[in-house]
Amino acid sequence: MAAHDGLAPAHDVIEAALKASRAMGCVVIVEETSDAEVRFANNTMTTNGQRRSRRVTVVSVRDVSGGVASGVASRDGAFDVVDLVREAEVSAGSSTPSSDAADLVGGPVASDFAEPAHETSLAIFDHIVHDLGGAFDRAEHAKSTLAGFVSHSLRTTYLGSSSGLRRRFVQPTGSFEMMSRAAGSASAWTGVGTPDFVGVSVGGFEEELSRRLAWAKRTIEVEAGRYDVVLPPTAVGDLMAFLYFYCGGQDAEDGKTVFSKAGGKTRVGEQLAALPFELRSDPREQGIECAPFLAISSSSPVASVFDNGIELGLTKWFDHGRLNALQYHRAGAARSRVDFAGPIDNLALELPGARGSASDLVATTERGLLLTCLWYTRVVDPATLLLTGLTRDGVYVIEDGKIVGATNNFRFNQSPVDLLANAAEAGMTVRTLSREFGDEFNRMAMPPLRVHDFNMSTVSPAN
Amino acid sequence: MAFSTETIDPGAVTAIQDAALEAARRRGASDASVRVEEIRTQQVSLRDGDLESTVDDAQIGVGIRVVHEGSMGFAASVDLKLSGIPRLVDQAIDAAILTATARRRNFEQANEPSHGVIDWSSQYEIDPSVISLADKVAHLSHWSDRLLGAPGISHVSALVHSVTEVKYYADMAGTVATQRRVRIQPVVEAVSLDADGAFETMRTLAPPAGRGWEYVNGVGWDWEGELALMPERLIEKLRAPSVEPGRYDLVIDPTNLWLTIHESIGHATELDRAMGYEAAYAGTSFATFDQLGRLKYGSSVMNVTGDRTVEHGLATVAIDDEGVAAQSFDLIREGVLVGYQLDRSAAAIAGYERSNGCAFADSPLHVPIQRMANVSLQPAPGEGPTTADLIAGVEHGIFIEGDKSWSIDMQRYNFQFTGQRFYRIEGGRLAGQLRDVAYQATTTEFWGSMEAVGGRSTYLLNGAFNCGKAQPGQVASVSHGAPSALMRGVNVLNARAEGGR
Repeated sequence: MAAHDGLAPAHDVIEAALKASRAMGCVVIVEETSDAEVRFANNTMTTNGQRRSRRVTVVSVRDVSGGVASGVASRDGAFDVVDLVREAEVSAGSSTPSSDAADLVGGPVASDFAEPAHETSLAIFDHIVHDLGGAFDRAEHAKSTLAGFVSHSLRTTYLGSSSGLRRRFVQPTGSFEMMSRAAGSASAWTGVGTPDFVGVSVGGFEEELSRRLAWAKRTIEVEAGRYDVVLPPTAVGDLMAFLYFYCGGQDAEDGKTVFSKAGGKTRVGEQLAALPFELRSDPREQGIECAPFLAISSSSPVASVFDNGIELGLTKWFDHGRLNALQYHRAGAARSRVDFAGPIDNLALELPGARGSASDLVATTERGLLLTCLWYTRVVDPATLLLTGLTRDGVYVIEDGKIVGATNNFRFNQSPVDLLANAAEAGMTVRTLSREFGDEFNRMAMPPLRVHDFNMSTVSPAN
Repeated sequence: MAFSTETIDPGAVTAIQDAALEAARRRGASDASVRVEEIRTQQVSLRDGDLESTVDDAQIGVGIRVVHEGSMGFAASVDLKLSGIPRLVDQAIDAAILTATARRRNFEQANEPSHGVIDWSSQYEIDPSVISLADKVAHLSHWSDRLLGAPGISHVSALVHSVTEVKYYADMAGTVATQRRVRIQPVVEAVSLDADGAFETMRTLAPPAGRGWEYVNGVGWDWEGELALMPERLIEKLRAPSVEPGRYDLVIDPTNLWLTIHESIGHATELDRAMGYEAAYAGTSFATFDQLGRLKYGSSVMNVTGDRTVEHGLATVAIDDEGVAAQSFDLIREGVLVGYQLDRSAAAIAGYERSNGCAFADSPLHVPIQRMANVSLQPAPGEGPTTADLIAGVEHGIFIEGDKSWSIDMQRYNFQFTGQRFYRIEGGRLAGQLRDVAYQATTTEFWGSMEAVGGRSTYLLNGAFNCGKAQPGQVASVSHGAPSALMRGVNVLNARAEGGR
């Protein structure tokens, strides 16, 4: 397979690589990705694209002085896979012993392993593109402007190991986002994550955005301060994403995170939320299903290339409001005498038994703010996981259970750990799309929350 | 210097380019460009001296952009098989046709002449991809061990990230370019814990650079000097008093100021943003196009340029990804907004005759969009003040070095930045470190408070590998030159107090 001979079937590439391997262990991952997307702004279509890519990763495992080492090499495109195997072997041979070393994962041969990769195209959201034309005309007439993005991707992951394991998984990922800015200045955004665009319509989005822009006909100035706020599921997702990104067990033991305890310990077992929240990842979570096995091309503090192919199952990060688990690869988990907990590509927060939407939480709020979107959120202080960020595209004032107008944007400084601690009420968990992280982390299910003492640090003049 | 990673045969590239442009003409495209790229990315990370992870990645692919009956279409693949190229062109044309059903304005581009055949390379001595993994690990081990051996250092992480890329570009106008670029970012961070579990971190201030492995060996940065001082500086930081919030005069080192320039000037002067083409995602800009030539951006000592030509710049090229020659241009002159960063589409919409060459695609599989030039704040003319001179002009203030946390709103008004090191200034002299400092301001208020900029001796080219924009997301590298600067009366917060502690 030279550079220009096209792409051989993925399972053949894996068998060829495993056959060529001279190391004591070898794992090969092929990810075939097919993408289609269109973008729009200022009431017209802007950029678009259709793409096909293939990434091949070879992990080679060798004995080295003092232990076992891994070597990894990845290529996107059509490369000589035997060269790639040799490169991974050289890399392993010149490495120091890996602190994340573990036996390669064994297991069954998937019956669909030799099935071809799935391909998508712009045709999957043809109806959305078609309806956008009419929406642009209506917006132009109303002197408002629409902007947004529609994308779909199908990724077929194949994983084979010298231990005999053969696994395959097809991951659909899609999203549709739209924002509207009214003639004056008010704006609103809505978005959805979807595997297939079934039930997703431009008309539904136009209605939701019109409803919010109507709230903004009255504007009320609000000063910086601590407020009761209602966060819709998308904004809860933006903040919970950080809990998930910073839940490494080793980092906590090293004293570097909000989950650290003095003396090289962690806060696992501590009651961090007043309400009995469950924060979990589960490859089988309905509506946000994701790969049930690990397939990674480089090790990190929480995941090891040695663990490739391992089964991933329901993991409760928070259980009954208690911190229940942090992420560890197998070697780290063994050292720390805890259970393995690998990275899973979805996240759900739920208050068992909770019902109702953000609107229902607004109805039970005497005085407060309804946020819609959070943006440019970054960690300020890892010791408390203090985040800073801004509100955008709609902050609304709640009085006596009703929305009475829109207000200015704020810069907030807030920790998601405190957010859970200060949550007074939650609604029903629904699939949502994080405004800021949805492109990278598409699969989330979150409830709306009502939270006390949310810290609006300053007013932002942006609108 | 030999380029180790070229696995694409230049003859095959020419055949692909010819096939793509020919197929585009046959399908009636009024314009087309094709990029074949090979991008080699390597990263080696050590944790407490042990190898934690390696990345050794290479991407090869081809991307084709067409303009067909007033619509733009893009298609790309990692499959370079020559017989598949016409099908890829068909996909790009199909994308143009599909989106035409909802298009309400034609896709137009400012003109750019042919630049003929270009063969260009960035300035570097040693391609990092030829350095063996063992040598890289040895170098990072040496750095880690010298810090781990110092009293009070609890943990050390060290990594080096490098990219070696070759980009082959051809368009219908007749420009055919081969461009090779190398960049590198070594980072060392130390952590110190006290007995109560409190901790502080400190990271090297060395910027990422458009240089090769020689940078790690000390060409362009004094690594040994910086690492030697890090332990005592970190211990001092851990023991430093927490800042009293309030208004302070700030002297800001270029290692911190570059990021404020990036966020509050670099992104705000992107014309696609200012005109609303990033409204749903990255955002817009307070510096709207109708204010060109009038907007008072900052004080009269503020002069900012955009350029894609500076040596070792991360956004430096010969031509951009729309075939536009690299240029240097003014964005802010004596505090007034006088220019924007452009691609050919934004230039055409705004009525400019020509783009200033800011189109970039981060991969052969992504469509080129307007991305940031090296946007730099100019130092004072002549000798100008030193950083010590600026500090001497402050009675009661803070000197800030190194970037850390950053956040700015979607119109680039309200920002909040922290840093690596903060020193109290009392009576014109440094008086020990502070901790928990965050400065928060509105862009024009902040730049309006700039009383003085340092001279050429204070000037440093900083930058980032990880500037994100657009959907699907694209990541670009960009450099920002800056002198030290003196700001009067900036709002400083205490980050701990903000967190309710």
